[in-house]
Parts: sequence; C-alpha cells; structure tokens
Amino acid sequence: MEFLIETILSGLMAGVMYSLVALGFVLIFKASGIFNFAQGVMCLFAALTFAGIMEKTGLPWPIAFVMTIGVMVFVAWAVERFVLRHLVNQEPIILFMVTIGLAYVLEGVGDILWGSDVKVLDIGLPSGASDYMLDNFNIYVEKLEVFAALIAAVLVGFLAIFFQKTRIGRALRAVADDHQAALSVGISLQTIWVIVWSVAGFVALVAGTLWGAKSGVQFSLSLIALKALPVLILGGFTSIPGAIVGGLIIGVGEKLAEIYVGPFVGGAIENWFAYMLALAFLLVRPQGLFGERIIERV
Amino acid sequence: MSAFVEPARMAGHSGMAKGEVLLRVDNVSLSFGGVKAITNISFDIVKGEVRAIIGPNGAGKTSMLNVINGFYHPQEGTIAWRGKVRRKMKPYEAASNGIARTFQNVALFKGMTTLDNIMTGRGLKMKKNFLWQCLHWGPALTEENEHRRKVEEIIDFLEIQAIRKTPVGRLPYGLQKRVELARALAMEPELLLLDEPMAGMNLEEKEDMSRFILDVNQQFGTTIALIEHDMGVVMDLSDRVVVLDYGRKIADGPPDEVQASQDVIDAYLGVPHEH
Repeated sequence: MEFLIETILSGLMAGVMYSLVALGFVLIFKASGIFNFAQGVMCLFAALTFAGIMEKTGLPWPIAFVMTIGVMVFVAWAVERFVLRHLVNQEPIILFMVTIGLAYVLEGVGDILWGSDVKVLDIGLPSGASDYMLDNFNIYVEKLEVFAALIAAVLVGFLAIFFQKTRIGRALRAVADDHQAALSVGISLQTIWVIVWSVAGFVALVAGTLWGAKSGVQFSLSLIALKALPVLILGGFTSIPGAIVGGLIIGVGEKLAEIYVGPFVGGAIENWFAYMLALAFLLVRPQGLFGERIIERV
Repeated sequence: MSAFVEPARMAGHSGMAKGEVLLRVDNVSLSFGGVKAITNISFDIVKGEVRAIIGPNGAGKTSMLNVINGFYHPQEGTIAWRGKVRRKMKPYEAASNGIARTFQNVALFKGMTTLDNIMTGRGLKMKKNFLWQCLHWGPALTEENEHRRKVEEIIDFLEIQAIRKTPVGRLPYGLQKRVELARALAMEPELLLLDEPMAGMNLEEKEDMSRFILDVNQQFGTTIALIEHDMGVVMDLSDRVVVLDYGRKIADGPPDEVQASQDVIDAYLGVPHEH
C-alpha cells in the first residue's frame, strides 16, 4: 500500500514539472493562437541565463533571478519586434515554423553566451527526502518536488486571476479570439504580444529553474518540451487548469504503467506511455479535457 | 435608463459643440495593388449628426470605414479629426481618440461572455497599475467595480440583461449585433461607426436597433456614421447621406435630396457604367 501511494505521489510531483512546461505553451497559444515550439528551449535558455549570471558575476540568486526576468522580457520584445510584427495575419503553420527557427536561435545564443557544459543551479532549494513523510507514513517524497508543487499552485492561481479578472487578461483573451475586434476596442496587438511572451518567459524561467535544480542545467532540458505535448493534448491547448490536470495524469499514469504493466512488456513504458495516452485521447476527445469546444452557428 | 445620461457627456469629450465638423475626409484615394477601392472622396461628419454612407455592393463603403478607424491607410488625401489633420493612425490610436465601431460580420470575442465582451470596451478607460490588477485588490478592484457599474447601465439600456453571462458564440445573430453595439458604446465614443447594423435582422429586430441608434445619438450626443442597405431605415435615421458607387462619391446631402438624385437612381437600378 505504501508503495502504491509512493508511486502515485512521485507521479504527481513529476506531473507538476510537466505541467509547468505545458503552462508556457498554453499561455502563448491562448493569446495568439501560435503553437510555440520554442517553449522548451525557452525553459533551457532561462535556466542557462540564470545559472550563467550567478556563475559569472557571483551575485546572490534573487538579484540574478530578477536580471533573468529582465532578459526574458527582452527576448519577448525582440520576438515581437523582429519576428511576429512582420507575420501578422499569416497562416498558423507559418508561425509554427517560425517558432521552430526561434528554438534553434535561442539554443545557439544560449550556447554562445554561457557555454555548453552542465551547470549546477544551486539556489538553496530544499532537496533530499522529506523526513516528516518518511517518519510518519514511511513514504519517500522528495522535498524539491513538494516545493515545485507549491510553486506551481501559486503560479496557476496567479495566472487564473490574471486571465479572468484583469484588464490585460481580458485583452489577452480578446486578441486570441478576434484580432480586428480587439484592435477596434483599442487593444494594441504589439503590446499584448510582448506581455504574453514575457509571461511565458517567466513561466519558462520557473520551470527551467526547478528542472535545473533537480537534474542540472543541460541542453537536454529543451527536450522536456516534447513531454509537454501529450500533456497539452490531454488537457486542451487553451486551458490553464487543463495543463495542470493533464500533467498530473501523465505523471501518475506513466509511473503506474511502468510499475504495474512494465514487467509484462519488458519495461521502459515510461518513455512512450504518455504519447500512447495522448493518441487515445485524440481519438475520443480531440479538444482535450478542458479545451474550448468550438461552437459555431451555421 | 435616465441615470445613464450625464449632462456633461452630452457635450462630448472634446468639448466640441453640436454642428462643428468632427471628421473631414479630403480627396482620399485607396487602392489595393491595381484595384482602386476609393477614388478621390471628400466628405465631412458633423458633431451630433447621424451620417449614412450608402451605395451598391462593392462601392467602397466598408473600405471608407476602415480608413476612418485606421485599419487602412489611404495612399492619397488627408483625414482631419477634430479639426487636426491626423497622421497615419493605428486602429488602437483611433479607439483611444474616441472612434468606436462595429463590423459587418459581427466581430465579437466568441469564447467570452456578453459581460466580458462589453468589459473589453472599457479597457482604454482603466488606468490602474498592472500589479494592482494582478493582485485583484485595492484600487484596481474599486476601479473594476466602477467600470462594471457602467457596463451594467449599458446592458440595461440595450435590454440584454438576460444574456449577461452567456458566451456570445451561442447567441442568435440579432443579439450578437446588439452585444457588439454594447461593446462599442462601452468605449463612450465620440464617433460611432456602424457597418450594416441591421444586416440579417428581421423587421422587429430592425425596429429595435433603429430605436437604439436614435437613442444613442439623442441621449448621449454620440455622432454616428452608419452603412446600411435598407433604404427605409436610412431615410428614417439619418440627417445626411453620402452615396458611393464604384469607389466614387455620387451624391451627398439630406435624405430626400439624395433620393431624388438621378445618379443615385441610376446606380441602384443599374444603368450601364462608363469607365
């Protein structure tokens, strides 16, 4: 019984980490209809910059963190100024291709600026097993993962309020819905894009930091973006709660599958289980659990 | 409804008096590649009037509206807003200068509720700091509530209380048009551009819409420029009419005068065109 709970818990915690990456995708997709392939690389780039600034300047981490936020806002501005602005009203597939290019550019720039060796991101995040859980329930839980879950919860709460209740959140949703109408009520597309890419950059920084603290900042970090895809398909591309729930389902699902189904098929299920689940979902519920169903009067 | 009328607003934001020229279009030409959409058109819109722009399909009416609210920038000619010739104006700048509009094929935020749609119209009036807004607390909350009150007044005015929380994608067409008008009104515009506000409506809906347009004009003193195909509506509502055909202006004046013009009759009845 303890083992089952432990598996589920560790699945949930891993799921939270996927959710954080997926969140970044959802934000940009929601506000601009662009599937941002570069989101994973943005996590990597943010974590690299964060670790790099600390390594080269020796500044304490909060200052380095704020500086990294500055860098991500600059990236957002540059993306709007030099890329998106020139591609208004283009087909989604063209914008998608652009984000693939952007992924390579960011990866290259990160490499040039900070080098390609694995960096340790030591900012004093809690690590090791939680003694409390081990002593009282005989369950092994990583402190870092609990911390990540807390951070994710705060972030999601903040984003939900931001999107639903604020003027800018409303403007973001408006832009996602209809460009012309948004312009006519006085929303500047350019400003909105910079804001949304900045927020996505911030989420990438948080996700990258947590992943980096867990397994070091290395270039394979950008590949976790691929794990975010099934999360998105499950949760729906436009839903923030969907990204969270999707991440949790994938996290728990793959751990359980590995342990209870794995032995029968020779193991290593964890690597592909998420994609199979996503495929199954596409067949039954293509808009995802929380995705907006397109309602159109004909 | 009466609470909605504020004497201060009757005079308009710019303090211009009724009858002064609010917007003047001078010798404007617009083309897309080789296609001329608008050729050398001049007319003006006077503060407080209802100005109709009519003409057969493809006459350049919607293009004209798009020029006025900054979607298109004409290659030639000038546009003066409140007496000042404006440079290339982006749509959101036009909006913050008091120009609101609706669209021919309803352009609403379909995933959002009626209330949220109308609230987007208040966006320009909300000034509180971004951080306060994220906290959703303190001054930002007070501000949000104030704007919410204004929006409720507009909802009452247009009699759409019942659909307040409905996602607009689910509403019938006539109501969507009304929500779109509500969103434009929420901006408290000085000039309201309506692109075929009654297209696709039944008789009753048309009558309602006509009444709302007149009320907006008379109670709030909002200047209105509208495109409409229903001649009965145009003749009833408008103070002055400008008629376009093939991107050119063929008549301009009070409704009955325009109606009697031979050029207009030809354009509508389809006399062979000389190029």
